Amino acid sequence: MSVGVFILVSVIKSVIVLIVLLTAVAYTVWLERKVVGHMQNRWGPTRVGPFGLLQPAADGLKFLFKEDLTPPHVYKPLFLAAPMMALIFALTSISVIPFGNSITIGRMNIPLQITDVNIGLLLILGVTSMGVYGVALAGWSSNNKYSLLGGLRASAQMVSYEIALGLSLVGVLMQSGSFSLRAIVEAQGGRFLHIIPRWNIFHGQFIGFFIYLMAAYAETNRIPFDLPEAETELVAGYHTEYSAMKFAMFFMAEYANMITVACLATLLFFGGWNGPLFGPELLQAVLPVFWFGAKIFCFLFLYIWVRGTLPRFRYDQLMSFGWKFLLPLAIANLVATAIAVAW
Amino acid sequence: MILNMGPQHPSTHGVLRVLLEIDGETVVRIMPDIGFLHTGIEKTCEAKFYQQVVPLTDRIDYLCPMTNNLCYVLAVEKLLGLEIPPKAQWMRVLMNELTRINSHLVWLGTHAMDIGALTVFLYCFREREEVLKMFEMISGQRMMTSYFRVGGLALEPPLGFFERVGEFAGYFAEKIDEYENLLTGNPIWMMRTKGVARLTAEDAIALGASGPTLRGSGVDIDLRRDMPYSGYENFNFKVPVAQEGDVFARYMCRVRELRESNEIVKQALDGMPEGPIKADAPGVVLPDREKMKTQMEALIYHFKIITEGFAVPAGEVYQAVESPRGEMGYYIVSDGTAKPYRVHMRAACLANLQTLPKMCEGGLIADVVAAIGSIDIVLGEIDR
Amino acid sequence: MALAPAITDLERLKGHPAVGRLLEWNPATVTGVKFDRDEMTIYVDRANIREACALLRDDAECAFNFLSDITCVDWYPAEPRFEVIYHLLSIPKKERVRLKVRLDSASPAVESLTSVWPGANYFEREVFDLFGIRFTGHPYLRRLLMPEDWEGHPLRKDYPVEGYR
Repeated sequence: MSVGVFILVSVIKSVIVLIVLLTAVAYTVWLERKVVGHMQNRWGPTRVGPFGLLQPAADGLKFLFKEDLTPPHVYKPLFLAAPMMALIFALTSISVIPFGNSITIGRMNIPLQITDVNIGLLLILGVTSMGVYGVALAGWSSNNKYSLLGGLRASAQMVSYEIALGLSLVGVLMQSGSFSLRAIVEAQGGRFLHIIPRWNIFHGQFIGFFIYLMAAYAETNRIPFDLPEAETELVAGYHTEYSAMKFAMFFMAEYANMITVACLATLLFFGGWNGPLFGPELLQAVLPVFWFGAKIFCFLFLYIWVRGTLPRFRYDQLMSFGWKFLLPLAIANLVATAIAVAW
Repeated sequence: MILNMGPQHPSTHGVLRVLLEIDGETVVRIMPDIGFLHTGIEKTCEAKFYQQVVPLTDRIDYLCPMTNNLCYVLAVEKLLGLEIPPKAQWMRVLMNELTRINSHLVWLGTHAMDIGALTVFLYCFREREEVLKMFEMISGQRMMTSYFRVGGLALEPPLGFFERVGEFAGYFAEKIDEYENLLTGNPIWMMRTKGVARLTAEDAIALGASGPTLRGSGVDIDLRRDMPYSGYENFNFKVPVAQEGDVFARYMCRVRELRESNEIVKQALDGMPEGPIKADAPGVVLPDREKMKTQMEALIYHFKIITEGFAVPAGEVYQAVESPRGEMGYYIVSDGTAKPYRVHMRAACLANLQTLPKMCEGGLIADVVAAIGSIDIVLGEIDR
Repeated sequence: MALAPAITDLERLKGHPAVGRLLEWNPATVTGVKFDRDEMTIYVDRANIREACALLRDDAECAFNFLSDITCVDWYPAEPRFEVIYHLLSIPKKERVRLKVRLDSASPAVESLTSVWPGANYFEREVFDLFGIRFTGHPYLRRLLMPEDWEGHPLRKDYPVEGYR
């Protein structure tokens, strides 16, 4: 493959992934409003398009046309940079996520992934933890006490849960012996006893998954860990002073992070695109992507479900939960996995 | 750092302003600042006839209009020495307990929302909507009902009203179970409420707290039971008391009160007496529409009451009722004319709000939100 | 139910525990009594109100341990112009009593009850705000409901209903 073709293919893939991701973000918001609405005896959006399906487009337009206010006392460079950073890091992390096996067009074998880095997982962890800069800087540069408190909470929370999150993944890495996400997924092919899929969650990593799930909720600032933006305490936390598209960037970053986290959970614990294959060849080519999407959907649904059910933690409880419960558990899980693997 | 919470803030329930001196997330000092909703109702009352004050009382505590109506009319009736027919009394109890349910539902929903449980809010409002529809049915208004009048009730309850209330009372207990399923056993809810914003019984009494805020601290007093008014002595109900004095205790008190109120509603429906709904006092109570159009005497009384009001013998009374928030009291001074010389409302929330510094100092910001929710303030009543 | 005439004879009301206790402590404290519409009113000398309240709170037989309310009535243009009214409630005995202090317009000041019941704080601030009664010894006697820079005291009878503006 020549360099030119490689660049062309990469650009096309990036554009497609970006479009799909942003659409997914928009429709996750729609899904959340719809599902939470139905849980709370409401209808959710119904006015724009059938079932309110065009609501995301309307919201996007609204964000674009709203007045972009910059309060007078903010530190402008960082105030502008913060939402961009949040969104950029959220979008970057998707680049190493594989969506399925490779497809063959003509003589070219194109992997369904923007780029297959052999330390893909590390890259994702690194980039997502950079996302905290966006939040912390937004909180600081807004020159607003609520924002500051929100930014502080966010930084503390993300830093502490990052550790548990990382440790919960080490177990999986030990079992698969690779940092490449593609390799991890491929290691999960096949079944135990021809029935149970050989996914990591059924392969001794149940506790690991549980820790990952908790930490991921905290990482993405979702209920019950949504303290940085707890609207009943801190008004809107770090994005109190943001409006229009800058606010939308934070919003998109949050949902993009949700999707990334869901992708990662699927890849690491639920066998990625592995699933029953049947039917004609074309269907067989599409099914893995479908399974992948379906699993992600389940995760997003879980997110929304939890939001409709649980109240929120308090700051100190959140920290002690992270440090005193999740972290020791993660380490214990790690040791147990290590022993099992060494056996 | 001084943090100014409110008057526009999502969880200060209206226009309460709280100044927080914080050290990190810990609250060092807290100072409530009120008065943003002051409308001078007490002054307005002095310029109105006695019967014209009733609609003003709705506006004081807009979540429990009937309780305010009741307290005011009871006070005026005490000044006049009027006797109220049993059906009117039972209707008053029935409506009063529905009002308590209405008010507690709003409290539960907003309190849960403050702590982050969004769904309970909408569940509560689903049932509250039904109560408001009943209010509309009986008085033509959802919130500002003004249904009680000096000497009785404004109107006969419409056809089908009791059936509707009965149906609601039948299924409401299950709905309370539904709220409790989401909250009472929930570990996060318990972590957020248990041991938070404690108030000892001594402090509660010294600070003038009343209602569930007082009962949550283990002081067993309920004016409905202990100093009965409007025929409450005919009803059989328990007064929930909790000993811990924390947010959870106040929560449990109110949720149990919801159940008890539902029981009282059922009892009121079962034993509803027949008879007139207005006292036999032609100079005070407006005659029926029918009589007013056919009888000369009734027309004269009607004209006189509307244009001149009715004179109330000189004197003073303090009438207190158990509102959903605590001791709601009306102190009325009459100088023998048709307008009250002085009307003063003892607002339960005003006193309850004073407990906030005692509860919150040393806690976290999130606890302030929980504490404000747990004392169930209504700024309309505080500021009047 | 016809209204019974009010009883204002101190001799006939001596049996009431609160009256009896106050008379026993200092006969000059009680300047008058009234029993009307089942409600007991005791007029208390302005110098003794704080001690009287503390006494009634701590006395085992009265046990008026709960301060329900403090308010005021303006009898303009009569003198003494103001009556500050305290509603006490006995939680153990389930009884109420009303204490009144008369104040003339020259020096509308009375001792604060905040040292007896901290809960008197807001009530006294409200009375100060709306009537201009001063409570000596109050820790933070500022306007409560009206804006800080408000002129006049709205609930006084010489203050027009529509306000001055």
